[in-house]
Amino acid sequence: MSKGLSSSSVGRKVLMALSGFFLMFFLMQHFVINFFSVISADLFNEVSHFMGTNGLVQFVLQPVLLVGVLFHLGMGIYLDVKNKAARPVKYAMDKPSENSNWMSRNMIITGIMVMLFLGLHFYDFWLPEIKDKFIDGKWDEPTKYFPHLQHKFQDLARIVIYCISFVFLSLHLLHGFQSAFQSAGFNHNKYTPTIKKLGNLYAIIIPAGFVFIALFHYFNQL
Amino acid sequence: MDLTLKVWRQKNREDKGGLETYKVTGILGHYSFLEMLDVMNEQLIMEGTEPVAFDHDCREGICGTCSLYINGEAHGPDRKVTTCQLHMRMFKDGETIYIEPWRSAAMPVIKDLIVDRSSFERIQQSGGFVSVNTSGNTQDANALPIPKMNADKAFDVASCIGCGACVATCKNSSAMLFVAAKVSQYAYLPQGQVERKQRVLNMVEQMDKEGFGNCTNTGACEVECPKSISIEYIAKMNREYLSASITAE
Ligand code: HEM
Ligand code: SF4
Ligand code: FES
Repeated sequence: MSKGLSSSSVGRKVLMALSGFFLMFFLMQHFVINFFSVISADLFNEVSHFMGTNGLVQFVLQPVLLVGVLFHLGMGIYLDVKNKAARPVKYAMDKPSENSNWMSRNMIITGIMVMLFLGLHFYDFWLPEIKDKFIDGKWDEPTKYFPHLQHKFQDLARIVIYCISFVFLSLHLLHGFQSAFQSAGFNHNKYTPTIKKLGNLYAIIIPAGFVFIALFHYFNQL
Repeated sequence: MDLTLKVWRQKNREDKGGLETYKVTGILGHYSFLEMLDVMNEQLIMEGTEPVAFDHDCREGICGTCSLYINGEAHGPDRKVTTCQLHMRMFKDGETIYIEPWRSAAMPVIKDLIVDRSSFERIQQSGGFVSVNTSGNTQDANALPIPKMNADKAFDVASCIGCGACVATCKNSSAMLFVAAKVSQYAYLPQGQVERKQRVLNMVEQMDKEGFGNCTNTGACEVECPKSISIEYIAKMNREYLSASITAE
């Protein structure tokens, strides 16, 4: 009588956690590559060119990532709608902060803010890249990446939006990192406290790092 | 002490209901919350008003019948207690106290503060039992060795009284703490092994059918649970469910 995982509440949670793990892994490698732009323009160009033209990355990993983001977004919204419907009449007096933290209760809000940012991000970096390669057929431009990045990070408005978005991502991950382990069934007296600490580190260092990179390029060009 | 109570009144399932304000006087700190409600109801009867219906039975924290969302928290502001164990000394003279029923699509209000918790019963009926013959030749309990750790854990989760505070307090009205307790209780014991896979699959399926929400790991349930059942067991249930759904035929 076993059905697919997506047909039950527990199964959907597990899928949510798996897509969350995948996104956190992706975010980490994205951070490392971006950080190369602080160290050396040539290194950044080289790695970006590799990622931008490698067949495996372009035709396997990139579609998987797209599906992963859309799945996480779609499932997140679907679960939130179902969860709201599970309590049609609200309490007249409710004190949720007595027993849970803000991040854990507002994953859908912080998540949607991240998605809005991703819209801008796609417009800035991903769509031009796709246009260059798949419409204009320009696959071999190994030095375009760094100047493009610098150009985008000259705009103060963009920098501000960028920084605010990473605050939301940080809030999302402050709950999400450890939550994904719990959803996947991993909770152990010995390891869970460490996972929570690691999660806090990840949720602060990675977004702060992205913000640092943006500010670095902005101030370098003043 | 003198208190102002904002109490949910609702004639029946169909009625829309609303909050009514009542004053009670002469409440002592050692009264339990339910005794305070008894005083309120006596006053209402004297005034010719219909008393407020609320659930209660043992009045000592073991039956899980009493409920009540008190001042924005399941079973009130104290920890590790049911409403019947909540003392009035937790409140201040002159305080206004909101008293509402559990709110969940899967636990509709029947009258005033009483909700229909038969959804929990249907979940139990779908798998929260072991099928063993208990008539006559019951074997000696010590004939089945059980690691002490497992016995302790099984006992911890078996202390769930099915009160529904976890559902009431969860922002998603999720019943996962309750179901996790019932699933884990048997998963730790040898007697539970025979029906182990079917149990978790059936109970989760029934839970979903009843219209409870999905857990988002806020952890509110374990804080408000009068028996301090840990969300560690929700992770355990997820493991049980995963392995059962992968291996079940
Ligand atoms: C596209 C916009 C996003 C939306 C709408 C969104 C929404 C959600 C929602 C509703 C949840 C479930 C809350 C919960 O169960 O606690 C969730 C969980 C999670 N999200 Fe996101 N999210 C988004 C982006 C991201 C990104 C970019 C990452 C990582 C880099 C991420 C990582 C996680 C993790 C790790 C979890 C925990 C999974 C779990 O508890 O099982 N999310 N997200
Ligand atoms: S898990 Fe705790 S809060 Fe939930 S029904 Fe059992 S005793 Fe009540
Ligand atoms: S009346 Fe039995 S637990 Fe409160």
